[in-house]
Amino acid sequence: MVSLPDNSAAPAIEVRDLVKSYGGVTAVSRVSFAVARGEIVGFLGPNGAGKSTTMRILTGCMPATSGYAAVCGLSVAARADEVKRLLGYMPENNPLPEDMRVSEYLHYRGRLKEISRKKLGPRLDEVLELCDLKRVRHRIIGTLSKGFRQRVGIAECVLAEPPVIIMDEPTIGLDPHQILIVRDLIASLRGRMAMIISSHILPEIEMTCDRVIIINQGRLVAQGTPAQLRREVLGEARYELELAGPDTGLAALLAGVEPTLKIAAVAAPDADGFRRLTLTTANAAELGEPLLRVLASGSRRVRALTRLRPALEEVFLAATRQGWEAANAVPGNARPRPGNEPV
Amino acid sequence: MKHFLTILGHEIRMLLVSASTYVAAVLFLALMGFIFAGLLETYTPTPSQATPEAPPAAVYFQLFWFPTFFIIPLLTMRCFAEERRLGTLETLFAAPVSAAEVVLGKFGAAYLLYLALWGATGGFFWLLSHYVSDPRLLDPGPLIGGYVFIAVSGLLFVAVGVWASSLTRNQGVAALLTIIPIVLIVLGPKVALENSALLQQDSMRSVHDALDYAQVFRHLDDFTRGVADARALLYYLSGASLALIFSAFSVEAKRLHS
Repeated sequence: MVSLPDNSAAPAIEVRDLVKSYGGVTAVSRVSFAVARGEIVGFLGPNGAGKSTTMRILTGCMPATSGYAAVCGLSVAARADEVKRLLGYMPENNPLPEDMRVSEYLHYRGRLKEISRKKLGPRLDEVLELCDLKRVRHRIIGTLSKGFRQRVGIAECVLAEPPVIIMDEPTIGLDPHQILIVRDLIASLRGRMAMIISSHILPEIEMTCDRVIIINQGRLVAQGTPAQLRREVLGEARYELELAGPDTGLAALLAGVEPTLKIAAVAAPDADGFRRLTLTTANAAELGEPLLRVLASGSRRVRALTRLRPALEEVFLAATRQGWEAANAVPGNARPRPGNEPV
Repeated sequence: MKHFLTILGHEIRMLLVSASTYVAAVLFLALMGFIFAGLLETYTPTPSQATPEAPPAAVYFQLFWFPTFFIIPLLTMRCFAEERRLGTLETLFAAPVSAAEVVLGKFGAAYLLYLALWGATGGFFWLLSHYVSDPRLLDPGPLIGGYVFIAVSGLLFVAVGVWASSLTRNQGVAALLTIIPIVLIVLGPKVALENSALLQQDSMRSVHDALDYAQVFRHLDDFTRGVADARALLYYLSGASLALIFSAFSVEAKRLHS
C-alpha cells in the first residue's frame, strides 16, 4: 500500500482554476472541482471537451498553463514524482506493449511502481484474481481480446494500491458483457480508492459513480449526484398518466393537488378509451399518491401513473448545450441556470 | 536512478523477443563470416601473391563500418519510436521514473546487445587459433585493441541511434535518421580531408585539425596498434553523452508538448 502524505485530510483530488491552452486554443478553462477520498466520480463531456487534458494534467503527464492541481494535498506541478506514487492512471485507448505476457507486464509495472520483490508476487496473484486475469496470465498481450486488455489496464492501475485512480474511458469499445465485468470490477474497488472515470456511456457512469462532473468546451458546466443534476439541469418533475373519463375539471383538479401541475401533452385515446397525459410541475416532491387519490375519487379511471426519470443522457445534452453560457457568467464553479427545458 | 536496472532488464527482454534483433544478428554474423572467410583467403600463401604485412585482426576491423551502418539502426530504431507509436510512453511516465533513467535503460540494452553481437565474432578468431599454428596470424594486441575500439565507438553510435529514435514515431524514419549521422561521423572527415584542396590551405588549419581529430579510421588504427588515445576516448564519450542528453530532452519535450 502506498503510504499517504501527512495531510491525509486533504481531498483525493483538488483542482482550482485550471487552465490549459495550446497554440492559442484553450482546451481547459478555469475548471475547479474536488474529489473526496474513496469517492467515485464520473467525468462527462463530448469529444474535445477537455476531459483527457484535465486527466493528463492531474497525472503530471502534461503541465497546466495556470491554476492549481493537487492529489492528496500534494501539488502536481511542484511534487510530480510523489504524486505519481499516489496515482494509478489508465490513459485513453489503454496503450499496452503488444509483445509482453500479461504477468511479465504487470511485474515490470509493479517494479516501476516501487513494490518490493517480496510483496510483488502475492500482490500480482491478488490483482490477477481481482481482474479475472488468471487464465490469461501467460498470454501475449497483443493476442488478447479488447475486454481482457482493458482488464490488464485496470489491473495495472490498482497494482500498487494507490489512493487515487484516474481512468480515461475504461469501457470504450467493450461489449455489454465486458462492460458489466468492468463495472463490477470498479464497484469492487469502491471505498478503497478515489476514482475519476471518464466515459461516453452514460448509464455506466450513473450506475458506477457517486458523483458526476460535466465539462464542455473546456469549462465545467455542472457537477453533483445524478439526482441533483436532474433537478438542477432539467428543473421540473414530469409524470405520465393513463386516464379514462371526462376532461372537464381535470386542470382544476390537478391544480388542487399542486398549483404548478399542468398538462403538457395529451395523446389520442386507445381502444379502451384511455389517454396518455404528460404532466409537468416545478415541485420536485413526490406527487404520485395525492394524484392517485384525487383522480380515482371521481368518475375517472386510472390505469397507470409513472414519474418520468430523465436519463443522464438528457441531463448531459441539456447541460452541454446550454451550460457553457452559464459558465461564462460564474467562471470556474458555475451551475447552469435552472429550469432548462428537457430535451 | 533506482529504476535503471528495472528498465534495462525490461529493454533487454524486449530486444530479445523482437524480430528485428534476430534479423540484425543473422545479417551481421553472416556478413562478418563472409568478411572473415575472405580475409583467410588473402592470408593463404599462394605462389603468385604475398600475404599482407598487417595481422588479420587489424584488416578485419578496418571493415567495422560496413556492418555498423545497418546493425545500429536495427537495434535502436524501435526503442522510443515504437513506444510513442503505441502510446506506452505516456503510461511509462505515469510511473515515478525520470527521462534520464528511461534513456539510459534503453541505451544500455541496445549497447549490451551490440557488444554481444561483436563478441560473438570472437568465435571466428577462436576457430582460427584452433586450426592455425602460425603465431603471426594470432597477434592478440590488434585483436584486443580492435574490440576495445568497437566498444568505445559503439557508445557514440548507439547513442546516436537512441537519439534518432526519440525524434519520431516511425521506425523507418528513425533508422534513416540513425544511418545518416553515423555515415557522416565515420566517413565524413576522411572523405573531406582526402578530397578537399580547400582544407589544405593555411587559413583552414583549425578546421583541418578538427576533422583530423575526428577521423574514426585513425582512432581505429591507434587502438589496433595498442595506443589508447585519451583524446579519442573523450571524443566518443562526450559525443555519446551529448546524444543521450539530447535524447532525454527530446523525450521530455515531446511528452510535455504532445
